[in-house]
Amino acid sequence: MGQWAGYLQLILDGAVVTIKLTLMGSALALVMAFLAGLGRLSHIAPVRWLATAYIEFFRGTSIFVQLFWAYFVLPLFGFTLTPLQAGVLALGLNVGAYAAEVVRGAIKSIGKEQYEACTALNFNRWQGLRHVILPQAFVLMLPTFGNNAIELLKASAVVSLISLSDMTFQAQVVRAQTGSTLFPFLTILILYFAIACVISFAIRGLERRLTRGLDGMRT
Amino acid sequence: MEWDWAFVIQILPTLVEGVKITILATVLGYVLAAIVGLAIAIIRRSKNKLIARPMGFVAEFIRGTPLLVQLYFIFYVLPDLGITLSPLVAGVIGLGLHYGTYTAEVYRAGIDNVARGQWEAARACNLSSTQTWTQIILPQALPPMIPALANYFIAMFKETPLLSAITVLELMNQARSIANYNYRYIEPITLVGAFFLVISLISVVGLRWLERRYGRID
Repeated sequence: MGQWAGYLQLILDGAVVTIKLTLMGSALALVMAFLAGLGRLSHIAPVRWLATAYIEFFRGTSIFVQLFWAYFVLPLFGFTLTPLQAGVLALGLNVGAYAAEVVRGAIKSIGKEQYEACTALNFNRWQGLRHVILPQAFVLMLPTFGNNAIELLKASAVVSLISLSDMTFQAQVVRAQTGSTLFPFLTILILYFAIACVISFAIRGLERRLTRGLDGMRT
Repeated sequence: MEWDWAFVIQILPTLVEGVKITILATVLGYVLAAIVGLAIAIIRRSKNKLIARPMGFVAEFIRGTPLLVQLYFIFYVLPDLGITLSPLVAGVIGLGLHYGTYTAEVYRAGIDNVARGQWEAARACNLSSTQTWTQIILPQALPPMIPALANYFIAMFKETPLLSAITVLELMNQARSIANYNYRYIEPITLVGAFFLVISLISVVGLRWLERRYGRID
C-alpha cells in the first residue's frame, strides 16, 4: 500500500503541471480568441485577412503537429522554447483559433437594434462594443468557452510526448517502474474527468453570476 | 538550417506510406464512430433509466478525458486483461469510441429536431415503430446531420497523429522516425503540417457545400 502512495504522489505532481498548463493555455487562448474574433469583424481588410489566416491555419492542423513544430522546428529558426513554453504556446494558439469563431459568432448574434441603440447614444464603435455589445455577447460565449477549456485540458495530454512531466507523462513513468498498467491509467482518467467537471462547474457558476437579473429577458 | 528540396524528394515515398495508414485509420475509425454514436444515442433515449443513465455517464466520461490516455489504456491495459490488440486496431477502437460520443450528440440533436407533430402524425396514420423511424423520422433527421457528421470526420482525421504514440506507423510516426534518423526536423514535420493544412482547407470548402446543400441544424 505504501508504495502506491508514493506513485500516487508522482501522478499528483503531474496533475499540478497539467492544471498549470491548462490555466496558462486558457489565458493565452482567451486573449487570442478576442484578438482574432474581433479582428475578423474589423473594418480594415488586412486585419480581417490576418485573423482569418490565423484561424484557418491553427484549426487546419492538429495540436500534435503544431506542438512538434513549435518544439523541434522553431529552435532551428533561433527560438528555443522550454517544453512548458512550447506547450502553452501551441495549446493557447490552437484553442484560441477555435474560440475566436465563438467570439465572432456571439458578437454577430447580437441584434441589430443594439447597434442602433449605440448609434442613438452617440457611442463610437469601441464604446458600443465595450459597454453594450460585449457584455451581452460574453454571456453567450461562456458555455462554449467552457467546452473549449475542456478540449484544451484534453489536448494538454500530448505535451507528455515532448517530455513535459504532466499527468500522462507521470503515468507512463509509473507504468515503466511498476509494470502495472491499470492503476496509473485509470487514476489519470479519473483525475482528468474530475478536472473537466470542475471546469464545467466553474463556468456554470460564472454564467449564473453574469446572467443574474436577466431572467426572462433572453429568449 | 536550410530547407532542402532534395531531402524532401528523398523522404516523400516514406511519408506517402504513412498517409495510407492515416487514411485507413480515419475511415475505419469513422465507421466505428458512426455505429457507436448511433448505439449511444439510441440507448440514451431508452425509457429504462437504469440503462440510459449509466450510458450517459460513460459517454460523458469518455468525452471528458483525453484521447491519448484512452489510447494508452486500450493499448497497455487491455493486454493485461487478456485482450491483445495490434496497434492499428487499438487506435481505430480508440478513435471510434472517442468520436462515437461526439457523433451521438449529433444524432441526438438531429432526432430531437424532428417536430413532435411528425411523431403524432405517424401515430395517427397507424404506422408501426419501424415504419415511423424509416419512413418519417430518419428521412427528416438525417440530412441536417450530414454537415456536423462531416465536421467530426475532419476533426478525427486531424487527431490521427496521436496514434503514433501507440506505435502505429501513420504519417506523423513516419515523419518522426525520419527526423530522428537523419536528425533533420524541419522538412518532415513541416510537410506533415502542410499536408494536414491542405487537406483541411479543401475539406472546409467541401463542408461549406454540404451546409448549403443540406442546411444547418437551427
